[in-house]
Amino acid sequence: MEQVLFRHNRPGRCVTFGEYRDEGGFEALRKALAGMSPVDVQQTVIDSGLRGRGGAGFPTGKKWSFVPRDLAGRYLICNCDEMEPGTYKDRLLLEANPYSLVEGMALAAYSLGVNHAFVFIRRGYEQGAGNLRRAIAEAAAAGLLGENILGSGFSLHLDVHQSAGRYICGEETALMNALEGKRANPRSKPPFPAVKGLWGRPTVVNNVETLANIPYIVANGAAWFKGLAKIPEASGTKLFCVSGHVRNPACLELPLGTTLGEVIDNHCGGMRAESSFKACLPGGASTPYLTRDHWNLALDFDTVARAGSRLGTGGIVVFDQTTCMVAATLNLGRFYSRESCGWCTPCREGLPYVVHLLESIENGEGLDEHIEILAEHLNYLNYAFCPLAPGAMGPVEGLLKHFKEELQEHIIKKQCPFRPNRPGGVHGN
Amino acid sequence: MIPESLKTELTDRIASAVTPREAAVDVLKMLQAHYGWVTDEAVAEAGELLGLSTLQVDELATFYEMLYRRPVGKRVIHVCDSISCWAMGGETLMAHLARHLGVQPGETTMDGMFTLLPCCCLGNCGEAPTLMIGDTLYGLVTPELAEQIMAKERT
Repeated sequence: MEQVLFRHNRPGRCVTFGEYRDEGGFEALRKALAGMSPVDVQQTVIDSGLRGRGGAGFPTGKKWSFVPRDLAGRYLICNCDEMEPGTYKDRLLLEANPYSLVEGMALAAYSLGVNHAFVFIRRGYEQGAGNLRRAIAEAAAAGLLGENILGSGFSLHLDVHQSAGRYICGEETALMNALEGKRANPRSKPPFPAVKGLWGRPTVVNNVETLANIPYIVANGAAWFKGLAKIPEASGTKLFCVSGHVRNPACLELPLGTTLGEVIDNHCGGMRAESSFKACLPGGASTPYLTRDHWNLALDFDTVARAGSRLGTGGIVVFDQTTCMVAATLNLGRFYSRESCGWCTPCREGLPYVVHLLESIENGEGLDEHIEILAEHLNYLNYAFCPLAPGAMGPVEGLLKHFKEELQEHIIKKQCPFRPNRPGGVHGN
Repeated sequence: MIPESLKTELTDRIASAVTPREAAVDVLKMLQAHYGWVTDEAVAEAGELLGLSTLQVDELATFYEMLYRRPVGKRVIHVCDSISCWAMGGETLMAHLARHLGVQPGETTMDGMFTLLPCCCLGNCGEAPTLMIGDTLYGLVTPELAEQIMAKERT
């Protein structure tokens, strides 16, 4: 299994600057600065088919191409506000190797004509932030960041901005407000960040894993990157971080297109003892559930989308037969309801109502009409200002689609079938 | 009043920022480290240093999970209640901690030692259930381990 992002990893510690450099690190930056134009780099990324690893899966090179080249004072932001439940890949990436990100940001900045970039990192990732600060200092000391990098005339100043913990900061326009020191409510689009972003300047926001892929794409070419995937329509490897009821939860670098069953059985030791697969969130808290029917589904952006869900962040949360899907969806609903920034009415008022409905059903007080009202809210919450509320409805959509009978059972029996006669008892074990 | 040394640190951080406001969250974190929480005095001081109104500072101070706008204990226990931890016994862990400490989530122990708070995903889902105290992340926290952690953090 070819490891790209994890290629330089050392067991139990962070790779050093010297080790990374000796294994070919920063060669892509040298190559680009010596012989590629910014447009060449962008074209290579477009040709590689790299899609954003932060959740939305938008083609990275295309995103870069939206930035007007005639507007000066552009910014690049790396989004490391990894607060999507079930997702821990960016933390592990930074704890193992911050240098691919630094090199990837330098390459992206060169391509975009950016001289000032930021890494926006969440609270709680102190070790990763420390690694990153050290990596930036080492790269600067080696002439790989700062003024006139490697004599090319290109300069880049890289800053780390550490947040104080709030899920909405991962939404790119909220992130820009947070970085500017404003309350992190999302901004309206248009204008899009590519035109008017951080401090009103053209801005690109990319995820950690996305940017960490860039050096390898530039070094080895677009065709090589496409060939890493298991199916022709996908490109590259993906970090899948698995949690929940599997025997060995782990963060794995696997080719895009690896099937769900392979991830669980071949790479996580299968399900935990006396346990069978019931469902999973394929890519973090906002993605509709996959079920046993999807066991052989290839995990790549388009294939998962065709199955009615999203690959999202690649944070796979696995549930076994002991899990009440109403209670799981209630947990997710409570998360989103609490993390709503309160800016717009559909999200601020709608999510608590959705939680109320799920609570009623879970507590044995549900009515048939509640299912219908939940279904209507799939539509209502699309009127929200940003993607948080529609994302919150992902699991609700999956619940209604795949576990309607379980919902009805709660209503008919007037109790949760997974904890009969124990209202208020705890879930999960 | 804050000591001169802290004031120097704060003004240095602000001077290195792109705009003073960009440093606002860092300034609040530094003031919180000094006072234990973001006091009214801290909000006023931050506002003065940053050139912001107290309302503008409070918009931030009340927004973030790791900024405490109310008094907290010496150690704040952030217990993840997101989906992976939930699936792996997070509710049991929270209930056990509440019983062990004699407080409800959101409350501080009588001796002022611990504040117990639920929190958003800590990004340690592979080692669920998880909690964080200060900058220390604890994974695979069984009720027994939780008691050992409390005993260790108490010292």
